[in-house]
Amino acid sequence: MLPRQKETEPSAPPASVAQGVLPFSVRVNGTRRSAVSGAMGRGREALARWVCFVCAFLSVATTAGIIFVLSEETIGFFQQVSPIAFFTGTEWAPLFAPARFGVLPLLCGTFLVAVGAGLFALPVGLLSAIYLSEYASPRVRGIVKPMLEILAGIPTVVYGYFGVFFVTPLLRRFFPNIDVFNAASGAIVVGIMILPLVSSLCEDALSAVPRALREGGYGLGSTKMEVSTKIVVPAALSGIMASFILALSRAIGETMAVTLAAGATPKLTLNPAESIQTMTAYIVQVSLGDTPVGSLGYQTIFAVGMTLFVITLAMNILAARLVKRFRNVYQ
Amino acid sequence: MSTKTPTRPPQSNLARRKRAERVFYALCLAATFTAVLLLVLLLYGVIRDGIGRLNWEFLQSFPSRFAHRAGIKAALYGTLWVISLTGLIAVPIGVAAAIYLEEYAQKNRLNAFIQMNIANLAGVPSVVYALLGLALFVRFFGFGRSVIAGALTMSLLILPTVIIATQEALRAVPSSLREASFGLGATRWQTIRLQVLPAAFGGIMTGIILSLSRAIGETAPLITIGALTFVTFVPRGPMDSFTALPIQIFNWASRPQQAFHEVAAAAILVLLAVLLVMNSIAIFLRQRQRRRLS
Repeated sequence: MLPRQKETEPSAPPASVAQGVLPFSVRVNGTRRSAVSGAMGRGREALARWVCFVCAFLSVATTAGIIFVLSEETIGFFQQVSPIAFFTGTEWAPLFAPARFGVLPLLCGTFLVAVGAGLFALPVGLLSAIYLSEYASPRVRGIVKPMLEILAGIPTVVYGYFGVFFVTPLLRRFFPNIDVFNAASGAIVVGIMILPLVSSLCEDALSAVPRALREGGYGLGSTKMEVSTKIVVPAALSGIMASFILALSRAIGETMAVTLAAGATPKLTLNPAESIQTMTAYIVQVSLGDTPVGSLGYQTIFAVGMTLFVITLAMNILAARLVKRFRNVYQ
Repeated sequence: MSTKTPTRPPQSNLARRKRAERVFYALCLAATFTAVLLLVLLLYGVIRDGIGRLNWEFLQSFPSRFAHRAGIKAALYGTLWVISLTGLIAVPIGVAAAIYLEEYAQKNRLNAFIQMNIANLAGVPSVVYALLGLALFVRFFGFGRSVIAGALTMSLLILPTVIIATQEALRAVPSSLREASFGLGATRWQTIRLQVLPAAFGGIMTGIILSLSRAIGETAPLITIGALTFVTFVPRGPMDSFTALPIQIFNWASRPQQAFHEVAAAAILVLLAVLLVMNSIAIFLRQRQRRRLS
């Protein structure tokens, strides 16, 4: 399935003859092409390498851009609101008078959803990973893994819809007093969202544990459960922890599902039955309105975005460290 | 040698351990099928609400104040515009970046830093990219709330995924292929262009399709950079304002009227159908690639 190349360059440019190199050409994929093309070829070589490098370096520029943009507006914000008031204030009402800029309610809402999602997704994900890696036959794996991939590929706005119109009515049937928009339903759908991630990352970690360790356990007469919980899981622990942290970081950064399902009421509460607001949902809420550029309201979304960025980045770096340690042990 | 040890036989705990084993197995199985059950429930919920509204007219109508007349024409075209431009921007850059990292880069601090940076970018929440797009493309470059601003933001968002997927595809190409090409006197770029890229084509395409299908479902970046939610025209060029399928879904789902929720569910069905087609192509390409390399 090799595509036929269009041949435009001369097969043996005179430059190479002048340089004392015998001009010859080879047939590659049925096309004549020059093997030694002299200065022009070398220029092209350097150009290709340089273009590729610039593209790779663009990612560094993206990071720099994110940090620059977020910092610029956040500094502007902190010139008007003291960082102490921002990080310790217990009320978030930036668009009303008198404005209050305490980020704690948004942080609290974010963590309420992330912890709730984790309570569901981490144990279920780990158990399903153990099933897939230790118990399942290749045929079952062949059916279940693509389904997990489909679950992972469903857009978050669809999870939001599912939360509002399926999970919440279900919850209200059992607990009639909970709000229409509530943290619990947000946490459940975010939990469903991160479940495939936990499951597949944990499975990678478990499968990387050498067979010999398992066989040692079986040789001593252990049951499969004993081998799984006392040998394989402890051996893969840093990989499992890394997957947990990555999943929680994904839950914290999740936007549309919580915007739809968890509400838009910044509130310092640990009650999952109440309507709350997460950091991401606040950014979307402000973006939907007409907040003038340069106003304090416009700057708040960058300050909140900066907080979100720092938290998720710290978690991702921690997870990467754990994975590296895990790899060092077994490779 | 003492023969006076207690003669009580050792208590066998085998029965208890086997019972624990069965309970544990049931738990693991239940956890796995929870995921499958949830997928079924989710699809059931959406199909139940949306299938009644799904017809040809729905695809051909613009949004409306009246739920029974509302359609997704503007959203479909908007999504098509944004995703095509995103592909045109992100794919060449992402593939070139992956080529640099896999084929050219030596082991040094700069390249290790670039690699680590890409891994970290892949974990940055999409709404943070949205803020970058808002400040950079919408305000600084003055593109406004246009298709091109959306596509550029989306490109930055999916670049890390495209790069990582392409790197994996390039790594899967056996090094013997490169060595043979060098042995025949080909230069590095000739080797990449004529041997490595064609051999990795299937893998790269799979990665690209999966990245683009992620972009199709992304909502937050487009909302934040200011894609509109009520658009009754089809974008004519990259500078036009637009709406997209997930934004339309979000808008309808957040309205109080029941009738609009059904419209939202119908739009979700269209979105899922598009994603299903793209994923099937990706899986097909992956299978074919596996057969070729093995």
